[in-house]
Amino acid sequence: MAIDEREKESQTSLGRLTRRSFLSRVGAATAATAISPLAPSPASAETSPTKTAPETIPGTVPITLRVNGQVHAIQVDPRATLLDTLRETLYLTGTKKGCDHGQCGACTVHVNGRRINSCLAFAAMQQNAEITTIEGLGTPENLHPMQSSFVEYDGFQCGYCTSGQIMSAVAMIKEPWGSGDADVMEAMSGNICRCGAYPNIVAAVQAVRRTS
Amino acid sequence: MELFQLITAQTIPDAVKAQAKSATAQNGADVRFIAGGTNLVDYMKLNVEHPRQLVDINGLALGKIEQTPEGGLKIGALARNADVAQDPTVKEQYPVLSQALLSGASPQLRNMATTAGNLLQKTRCVYYRDTVSACNKRQPGSGCSAIGGYNRMLAILGTSDHCIATNPSDQNVALAALEAIVHIEGTNGPRAVPISEFYLLPGSTPDQETVLQPGDLVTHVTLPKPPAGAKSAYLKLRDRASYEFALASTAIVMKKDGDRISFIRVAMGGVGTRPWRSVEAEKALMGKTASEANFRAAAEAALRGAKPQSQNGFKVELAKRCLVQSMGQVSQLA
Repeated sequence: MAIDEREKESQTSLGRLTRRSFLSRVGAATAATAISPLAPSPASAETSPTKTAPETIPGTVPITLRVNGQVHAIQVDPRATLLDTLRETLYLTGTKKGCDHGQCGACTVHVNGRRINSCLAFAAMQQNAEITTIEGLGTPENLHPMQSSFVEYDGFQCGYCTSGQIMSAVAMIKEPWGSGDADVMEAMSGNICRCGAYPNIVAAVQAVRRTS
Repeated sequence: MELFQLITAQTIPDAVKAQAKSATAQNGADVRFIAGGTNLVDYMKLNVEHPRQLVDINGLALGKIEQTPEGGLKIGALARNADVAQDPTVKEQYPVLSQALLSGASPQLRNMATTAGNLLQKTRCVYYRDTVSACNKRQPGSGCSAIGGYNRMLAILGTSDHCIATNPSDQNVALAALEAIVHIEGTNGPRAVPISEFYLLPGSTPDQETVLQPGDLVTHVTLPKPPAGAKSAYLKLRDRASYEFALASTAIVMKKDGDRISFIRVAMGGVGTRPWRSVEAEKALMGKTASEANFRAAAEAALRGAKPQSQNGFKVELAKRCLVQSMGQVSQLA
């Protein structure tokens, strides 16, 4: 087939959600609930084995994501960003939601080794990619050198932007930048730190760059 | 964000066919191509864009950067901004483009954003982004909140009584100075449009921003071979040192024959409703001595038609100084 209409189901099952169509659907769902028995009868509960039917939420689509080397087959809303999917579906909450509009960098992850803003990427469009989050960099017992350096140089205060800063810093080391502090500042300009830990972030990044 | 259907285009004709079902390729299109998504997803979250269908074109083989038989450069629609900026040929032959790209957005965004996506980048006018406000670009006929409103960042050239929104791209300013050709695949086959004819002035229909028709897919841009010995540079002035849109920017391509300017292309960003090529400045400089007085005269010519708004009058002088500074820098190289 020329065009892969892999999400046709979502369109037919939920259609285009407007306020009017949403209300009419809620109405229909309420009516359906009203006529279904609230609980299975004791007889059927005894005779039928307990089945855990796969939980499918109407309008969601099946996708496969490869995150930190692990493959996850999940159901997501087509509107779900990679950021929300990592946090809400895969419970990888190390990646943070800041502005949700590609302006702050808190959501930075690696896709095929390159840093991106996961808040601006739809999860359903990342299915053939190798995704790395802060959870895939190191472990508390075995920190990535950049994580160690952020600890050593005190590259944070509240810590909310830190996973994004570290993901950005790890990627930047592989990018063509000059060796100066000003180059680090420019390369890290997509990661905002409201605490203003910038001097220490630059020091942490430079320390790793000197030894790598 | 409203619900949409996501489909994946396997071929260019599939993509064209899918988008051709939309009543328009302009603001409010029912079907949108999606590549990097940095601009579109942002606007979908703001409910400024609400396509019924997204056509994922990332699978199309449109990512290459390659030299043309004529000695120019072909840049695929899907070539990422970060890759174009670091391409050896771009850095050597078209430094103005590399510099413009590196001055825009952040490294993360440049890793996602594509050449064609940047070409179609939407304005950052706050009233366009806010669906509660009147905006003729977003909702034709609703009025323009920016005229008499918060317009410090907005345009002083090419404006109309209906819209003063700035084209925010840096890439497109460089492409204007480099006289890029935009290559489009449409329902009637391929066609090529010079960038000078690609963008429309807002006039009374600011929702119509480009010549793109339903089904039109930008496949690549080509850059002509630069004149031997020509030098180029991009200068961007902004509120922050990095990661900010331009208040004024300039892209200059210049060649000198001794002291005289024998080739000159001038384009400006941050001040126009479209990437602003200034033929007036070019005419003022062609054949003249490369001197600060002549640069100043060219800058005056470039801004002669400027119409400042209540808060952006400073841009007139800022743009002139940006031009003079940038011309001086390129002249040192040329």
